[in-house]
Amino acid sequence: MYDSGKIIVGLIIFIALVTFPFYNNIGKVNAKPELKIDTPEIQKLPELERKCVEPKDFMRGGHMQLLNDWRDSVVRNGNRVYKNSANKDFNMSLQNECMRCHSNKKDFCDKCHNYMAVKPYCWDCHIAPKEKKP
Amino acid sequence: MKILFPFFAVIALVLLVFAGVNMAGMYFLFGIVIPYAALVVFLIGVLYRVMKWGSSPVPFHIPTTCGQQKSLPWIKQNKIENPSGSLGVIVRMALEVLVFRSLFRNLKTELKDGKVVYGLEKWLWMAGLAFHWSFLIILVRHLRFFAENVPPVIKLIESLDSFLQVGVPLFYITDAVILVAVTYLFFRRVYIPQIKYISLAADHFPLFLILGIAISGVLMRYFFKVHIVGVKQLAMGLVSFKPSIPEGIGVLFYIHMFLISVLFAYFPFSKLMHMGGVFMSPTRNLANNSREVRHINPWNYPVHVHTYEEYENDFRDKMKKAGLPVEKE
Repeated sequence: MYDSGKIIVGLIIFIALVTFPFYNNIGKVNAKPELKIDTPEIQKLPELERKCVEPKDFMRGGHMQLLNDWRDSVVRNGNRVYKNSANKDFNMSLQNECMRCHSNKKDFCDKCHNYMAVKPYCWDCHIAPKEKKP
Repeated sequence: MKILFPFFAVIALVLLVFAGVNMAGMYFLFGIVIPYAALVVFLIGVLYRVMKWGSSPVPFHIPTTCGQQKSLPWIKQNKIENPSGSLGVIVRMALEVLVFRSLFRNLKTELKDGKVVYGLEKWLWMAGLAFHWSFLIILVRHLRFFAENVPPVIKLIESLDSFLQVGVPLFYITDAVILVAVTYLFFRRVYIPQIKYISLAADHFPLFLILGIAISGVLMRYFFKVHIVGVKQLAMGLVSFKPSIPEGIGVLFYIHMFLISVLFAYFPFSKLMHMGGVFMSPTRNLANNSREVRHINPWNYPVHVHTYEEYENDFRDKMKKAGLPVEKE
């Protein structure tokens, strides 16, 4: 190979860049986020009524859009009543409705958001619930 | 044919993974085996191609330049367009690799009223730049799936990319840019007759493939949600060599990942190798110093040279008779 010095340096840089995710994770434990849905508020509810406003599968992927729609509905149209897919009414409010049950932001919201490196800007305006330090 | 074949090839790939995952349940194959295999093919293939290029001799000193060469002291040299040393070459290469300097010089030649006229043609440069940079940003952004504690640089890039704060999940500017740019790059190959004539299936296939990757990614992020935490678990499993298949990720993700795997595996065999090739082109990476430094052709074999001394030895008597001056009596 001609100019092998330069080419090999270049190739080493290339390999180092491509394999970064591999050596970056050596010796690190990857725990998947475990959500806690056993807050006192949820425990108080009877077994059958422990349901979110929409089914779990929808909430998992669509909660951010639901919240965004709620915000638009409340802030722009002044409408605070949400009819869910089971025709039940809910108060559209992050602080008063969502966080009433999910009062454990650190063990609920933040778990996945931190894992996925997502930083939602909910709490730029809303007041984050005060949590007892464990 | 040159367009339809690669188009249906990509469609077939999508259907293949759809059938494989949704009907046959081959999660292990599409989620673990193929991504690993694709990465191995990519790495070994790129190394092989680059080393093979490195082994080809460059018989002539052939930098292409477009500026004043280093000459007499009172003639101003164009140090970047016609570099005479390593620093100039590095700057020139950096401009080429980062902002596609030579493509910027692209001209359009037209016949107007029987006269040849040259006009600016920056669209290809702009679309190329938009495409490559947004692809790079998207690639870097994806590292958030491959690190437990995402490096702050990646978070910063991600927040800049989504700073418009449109919708949720936040809209990425690069998502729109890459779709527009790739679409332009495709239509350019169809619309301009000369370009259409020289475009081959191998030109269209990567475009369709990348378009497929971008569309599947966009659909996954904004429209048909997948189980994103599961996606990260799968990705982390792959990079820490403890692969696992989390439940219920959604077929769209497998389509996305399979198309990326195909792109990676296809890379070393295709025009996409210009990623390595741009660094290896002797017309760019040589300094134009052929008057200072002799470029030795690596092919050179010893040539018998008949020197003047030998010539004089052969013909001394005849030269003397003819009255020609000789060096040795």
